[in-house]
Amino acid sequence: MSNHPAVAEVAVPRRPAPGRIVNDLSIQVATVNGSGSQSSNLVLLRSLFGMGIPVGGKNLFPSNIAGLPTWFTIRANRDGWVGRKREVDILVALNPQTARSDVDELSPGRAVLYEEGLRLDRQRDDLVFYPAPFQKLAAEVVRETRLKKLLANMVYVGVLGELLSIEREEIYRAIERQFRRKKTAVRLNRQAVDLGAAYARENLPKRDAYAVAPMNENEGKILIDGNAAAALGSMFGGVSVATWYPITPSSSLVEQLEGFLKRHRKRDDGKATYAVVQAEDEIAAAGMAIAAGWAGARSMTATSGPGISLMSEFVGLAYYAEIPVVLWDIQRVGPSTGLPTRTAQGDLLSTYTLSHGDTKHPCLLPASTRECFEFGWKAFDLSERLQTPIFVLSDLDLGMNIWATDPFEYPDRPMDRGKVLSRADLRRLGGFRRYADVDGDAIPWRTLPGTDHPGAAYFTRGSGHDERAEYTESGEAYVRVMERLGRKFETARTLVPPPVISEADGRSPVGLIAFGTSDHPVEEARVRLRDLAAIEVDYLRLRALPFSPTVLDFITSHRRVVVVDQNRDGQLLQLLRSEFGERIPPGVLRSLRHFSGHPLTAATVVDFVTEMEIGAGPAAGSTASP
Amino acid sequence: MPRAPRRRRTPRRPKTNRVGLQQRDYRGKPSTLCKGCGHDAISSQLIRAFFESDVRPHRVAKLSGIGCSSKTPAYFLNQSHGFNAVHGRMPSVATGAVLANRDLIAVGVSGDGDTASIGMGQFVHLVRRNLPLIYIVENNGVYGLTKGQFSATADENARLRSGEVNRLPNIDLCGMAVELGATYVARSFAGDPKQLVALLRGALAHNGTAVIDILSPCVTFNNHPGSTKSYTWGKTNEEPIQLLDFVPAVDQIEVDYEEGTTQDIQLHDGSWVRLRKLGRDYDPTDRHDAENLLLEAQESGLFLTGLIYLNTKKRTLLDTLELCDEPLALLPEHELRPRSEVLDEVFGSYR
Repeated sequence: MSNHPAVAEVAVPRRPAPGRIVNDLSIQVATVNGSGSQSSNLVLLRSLFGMGIPVGGKNLFPSNIAGLPTWFTIRANRDGWVGRKREVDILVALNPQTARSDVDELSPGRAVLYEEGLRLDRQRDDLVFYPAPFQKLAAEVVRETRLKKLLANMVYVGVLGELLSIEREEIYRAIERQFRRKKTAVRLNRQAVDLGAAYARENLPKRDAYAVAPMNENEGKILIDGNAAAALGSMFGGVSVATWYPITPSSSLVEQLEGFLKRHRKRDDGKATYAVVQAEDEIAAAGMAIAAGWAGARSMTATSGPGISLMSEFVGLAYYAEIPVVLWDIQRVGPSTGLPTRTAQGDLLSTYTLSHGDTKHPCLLPASTRECFEFGWKAFDLSERLQTPIFVLSDLDLGMNIWATDPFEYPDRPMDRGKVLSRADLRRLGGFRRYADVDGDAIPWRTLPGTDHPGAAYFTRGSGHDERAEYTESGEAYVRVMERLGRKFETARTLVPPPVISEADGRSPVGLIAFGTSDHPVEEARVRLRDLAAIEVDYLRLRALPFSPTVLDFITSHRRVVVVDQNRDGQLLQLLRSEFGERIPPGVLRSLRHFSGHPLTAATVVDFVTEMEIGAGPAAGSTASP
Repeated sequence: MPRAPRRRRTPRRPKTNRVGLQQRDYRGKPSTLCKGCGHDAISSQLIRAFFESDVRPHRVAKLSGIGCSSKTPAYFLNQSHGFNAVHGRMPSVATGAVLANRDLIAVGVSGDGDTASIGMGQFVHLVRRNLPLIYIVENNGVYGLTKGQFSATADENARLRSGEVNRLPNIDLCGMAVELGATYVARSFAGDPKQLVALLRGALAHNGTAVIDILSPCVTFNNHPGSTKSYTWGKTNEEPIQLLDFVPAVDQIEVDYEEGTTQDIQLHDGSWVRLRKLGRDYDPTDRHDAENLLLEAQESGLFLTGLIYLNTKKRTLLDTLELCDEPLALLPEHELRPRSEVLDEVFGSYR
């Protein structure tokens, strides 16, 4: 298509779009939280998904239960780019509090569907306005005030469906899926959609450019949030003890985990092969998980930044006493309470070295729901193999938003339970030294409490200990243990998931390093940069810490390397600098920092790289993009 | 030249318990605490109680926080796994260990600083969940390792050697435990080994959280005249609320006592505690009695020891969670990782 809106977004002055734009649009529904619009938004999302169009949904919500503004954004894109888009193409304005400013932010040519009482059409003359009496139409279906309000949400789905040519059958299917067995709800919601559609047909002639048409891109796919995927990965990783304390955005991980476990990890007699405990705080959650790991369970906890801070002391103990445990950090905006319902990658540095003294922890960095699943089970193998805490750093965008995905791959290998000596082993060996490196990989052997052998027991402590786990304040013994822990981290380096490198032809001078949810906008930006500005950007997507040696190779084989961080201080950049030091030639690393709490957009990456390659000079290095 | 064999007296064979072990098999490393420390006396009674109750040491997990008391798990039961964790967090560590392996007999050792200050939150929630755990508080009213600051269990107006006076009221851990629903609550004295062993053996036979608050004098920082946590104070003021006998399930209760002078309560494993009344008409299975008794002790500054409260009916955390009978830590892979068809099924439910 010659009139690709992506082009418009990057370089061309914006004008009302002529012609039709098919399967490339973003819809923003602006409502008040607690108004029940989530069902309608999901129905809209699923209808587009059902039509086979690549689609993703993001919920921008306040830290509040009811009454504050909330926005749900749906992006449908035929090329599969469903990361956040800076532009809103279709605004559904239902919230009087934000309607005017939401309209102000639109680019010319975009469409606004709104509750007619808001009279937004007087505000601008370069947009397409569609007023509709949602509440009045809903009143034709039900009288009761609360139900009427809820159904008004479904009326806009009907109006929008008509305006964008969303297939009605797909809307019906999405409604049935949403309300499942509640027959009355299904009937009323279908009626509301029909009314909205009829109203649009009779009163709202199509005047904007946006439309959808069926595709076949979602065969075999599902829509799922990252926390559900992480929960599933944990279950298939054999989790047996999960302890947690509620905190947005991680609560839904353990809540969904418990749901899966109830269905799939109970015996016929109803007895559970797992324990999920809601602890009194994150300190207790960490203590329980760590001790469960010590006693031989596959144990985990999930939290977010403030919880990570509270777990700090315990994590140091688990590091030093060498105890397996898996900790999920669904990152949100800090410091302190920060923006608790917005996304960030601000815990990278603090988590990597969490606790006092010398500590470092392997961190897995999933970028997709598939990786949430995969790292969900792999994290247990790694923690038991390495006898150390393993962090998985997801974020709010990945964890709580809805993503289309291909099926997850069932674990391709048996569980790795690590180096555990059984009673039979001890009979053969006579005894063992808990903290001795007998295999040369710096990983010691352990026994589990309850092992029926007089030589099985050892004493676990966070204070100084020698190879026999005996208390000591000897500086030499301390140094020996700490040096071995350092070597164990080198073993970890060879076991964590390696980066994914995508190079055009190996000749581009421009490289980019990113991790986690930056992946989606970065991949989109690479295509746009190639198509629009003929800039090839090689890409290394980091999937874990510690870095594998290929990371340095990637940096040194490019002249300019953009390091993308969703935090203020360029935490990944700092880690690269501290790890590789002077082996990185001066001036190579450029820092793209995005930390507004909204997901990164491709446009931000495109702007940054364009400025760096074509603009006045090298980019200043800092971007606080909206 | 061959020497004639010396005639040796056959040594008295040390007593062996029902699992074929001698008391020395229950010992730990030499203590590094101050000579005469109350905590060491408690360790000795733990050794005796585990020996006499025929506990197989590998089944025991010793958990602790930080402080002088928390060091002691190294000084008993060498053949048991021990975990000396972080300050005030023994309860969460005990919870995790027992969840992972419900066959473990968990013994947590804590102190007054470890429990009544930094660890109060965890103490409260552990008791509320009724985790099967023997929770020992070695209570001396001071922080020993940091050299003698008052703790939250120090009595009001108690005096440090330096002359410093505690102006804040004390926290009564037994009172809190009863209120929070602990199912076995006792108070004892490191200088009363007979009672302490009976209480420990009773706790071993109990299924649920057993809180035993033990006055355990700190000989270095809080054993002077004017202290209400000293040996002398304890010996002078201890007032047992009953005479306590522990009767194992395998033994028969034989001795007959006069009607109304004793109370026998059967514990989870079939054994009994026999309470012989002393002056007071006190029923430890009555929560109101327990609360009144503790209130009286608090108000009048009495040092009442013995079994304060016992509830053998309440469900434990393991019942609440409906855990399977085998330790979670030992479940085989096919029980932990659902089959691939389950993944397909879950995936289908998202369509």
